Amino acid sequence: MAVLVDTNTRLLVQGITGSAGGFHTRQCMAYGTNVVAGCTPGKGGQTFEDEGTGQSIPIFNTVREAVSATSANATMIFVPPPFAADAIMEAADAGVELIVCITEGIPVNDMIRAKTYLATSTSTLIGPNCPGIITPGACKIGIMPGHIHKVGHVGVISRSGTLTYEAVGQLSARNIGQSTCIGIGGDPVKGTDFIEALTLFNDDPETHAVIMIGEIGGSAEEEAAAWIKANMTKPVAAFIAGLTAPPGRRMGHAGAIISGGMGTGQGKVAALQENGIAVAPTPGDMAETLLSIWQPA
Amino acid sequence: MKIHEYQAKELFREYGMPVPVGYAAFSVADAVVAAAKLPGPIRVVKAQIHAGGRGLGGGVKVCKTMAEVEAAATAIFGMQLVTHQTGPEGQQVRRLYLEDGADIAAEMYVSMLLDRDTGRTVLMASTEGGMNIEDVAHNTPEKIFKVWIDPAVGLQDFQCRQVAFALGMTGKTVRKAGAFFQSLYKLYVEKDCSLAEINPLVVTGSGDVIALDAKVNFDDNAMYRHAEVMAYRDMDEEDPREVEAGKYDLNYVHLDGSVGCLVNGAGLAMATMDILQHYGAEPANFLDVGGSATAAKVTAAFRIILGDARVHAIFVNIFGGIMKCDTIAAGIIEAAQQVGIDRPLIVRLEGTNVELGRKMLADSGLPIVSGLDMKDGAQKAVAAAAEYAARL
Repeated sequence: MAVLVDTNTRLLVQGITGSAGGFHTRQCMAYGTNVVAGCTPGKGGQTFEDEGTGQSIPIFNTVREAVSATSANATMIFVPPPFAADAIMEAADAGVELIVCITEGIPVNDMIRAKTYLATSTSTLIGPNCPGIITPGACKIGIMPGHIHKVGHVGVISRSGTLTYEAVGQLSARNIGQSTCIGIGGDPVKGTDFIEALTLFNDDPETHAVIMIGEIGGSAEEEAAAWIKANMTKPVAAFIAGLTAPPGRRMGHAGAIISGGMGTGQGKVAALQENGIAVAPTPGDMAETLLSIWQPA
Repeated sequence: MKIHEYQAKELFREYGMPVPVGYAAFSVADAVVAAAKLPGPIRVVKAQIHAGGRGLGGGVKVCKTMAEVEAAATAIFGMQLVTHQTGPEGQQVRRLYLEDGADIAAEMYVSMLLDRDTGRTVLMASTEGGMNIEDVAHNTPEKIFKVWIDPAVGLQDFQCRQVAFALGMTGKTVRKAGAFFQSLYKLYVEKDCSLAEINPLVVTGSGDVIALDAKVNFDDNAMYRHAEVMAYRDMDEEDPREVEAGKYDLNYVHLDGSVGCLVNGAGLAMATMDILQHYGAEPANFLDVGGSATAAKVTAAFRIILGDARVHAIFVNIFGGIMKCDTIAAGIIEAAQQVGIDRPLIVRLEGTNVELGRKMLADSGLPIVSGLDMKDGAQKAVAAAAEYAARL
């Protein structure tokens, strides 16, 4: 089962004809993801050829056309930042259940509008500015390296791409697989947040434990900590990046900034610990910290 | 991106928001000429730097005579202004703003910014004008009033009235404040601001509202569509190393420690700084080379890191995902040969083709110390920095 994506996922790629979009579409197909359509306005009627699998993927001008012709139920967005919020809304308008937006650098005001638009739809948004989502052995949507993953029972949720890989690498090296790994992204205005992802893992019988990776900025980790204490029935280990980050400076991710004394790493670690969540002392200890509170069956 | 107060007030005027008469000056002589154009008799000399807390640092002087203006301008222009936001070394004052004194009956605080919890823009106000809003939020949160703006319909007049009445405004001032808030929201959206703060917003004896201060920041992600805002950029206010890094599309933030960091991914870059501190050294920088660590980018990154004499060792921490470790190793070797690395270099590689990448580094003949994993690499980097410092 796992969460959000599995072998039933039928993927559309918005921005499939761009260089990053094309490259990562091929990587996803090589992993076994069922890519059914592409969308690039003005290139409808053309096809996307994947030499690796020998498949020819039809390209459509609009997401509505793509969905109606192929029954795509998920989309991966590689559209450049000026047009990405529009692409998210187009996918929601077409009723795509899962929207995964990889694009980094979308203006905040654009995302504020897109988020409001999404509230009227039934779509789930992952990202933007994220590595995507993967259910090992079943479906990869995004830019993460597929081969580091193993099929298993640990759910991973993270605001950071490379730190997700780090956690997955540590788990796989100990022969511990993952149910689903969700990169929720590094932007301040985003779709799925920690609590929504934790809820999915809490309800998923295939997920037995969770690693949650946060960073400075905002208060999502503090809210998640309280939610975990009140609701979570499975062990959760956490790591927070940015304990040494100076206030008022944006640390790469648009959302990674301590402002007005809020969103410090120390405050997040304290909130997690106060709610009984094990926090890894260094990023090299994420898997070990989980193993200190949970043993795979 | 940040701009100066006088630039923010120029934008306020463009949007019909009341501000005192004022002129920017780039020398003491300019300042005296500008001050003479003000109605007076009270004139204010204000240092223009991008940090807040200028008044407490001695960067703002209220003057009753032109002689006082000249003395204040002479004292402030060129000074190293130290505030709680500049760090101990302060920021040199290169620009002044000469402004007419205002008739102040009451001081308020008003700001507009993103509320991350709701994903909406929030209009925030307080009767505690002129105070540090962080202290107000901490000590007397009941004195802060907020309304959240629905982007589909924008800021509504009833919301403006709610804020104005919460601030204790009466009569025509309520209407004038409402017009001010509406213009502020228009400016905030049209110019893609990330923060607009007026502290204080003043109610005058005659019931008018005037922005006595103005702080406006912009969303870097949206600057591609705002050449007119980019024209306000003041390079003197930015760290030259960060400006240089920006040219190569490197995310770099200068810090004060001894171990330089070169990492792919923002989260891993932050975590690398943290693990160095965990093992007893302070990071010299945050640096995310992004998803494509080409030789040109890595070379530029090494140059910037080595340009800081306080760097005693460099820790390269890469988790090669889609990007292969051998590609990264080739970039590191080429960069190391071009730049001539004169300080200990510790490299931790993980991910796709890691064995080949490690072999290339080992065979390169370069004095590169290999980190087996992140913890091992960080410990080696901390030790190497201490050894290097001991030899100095």
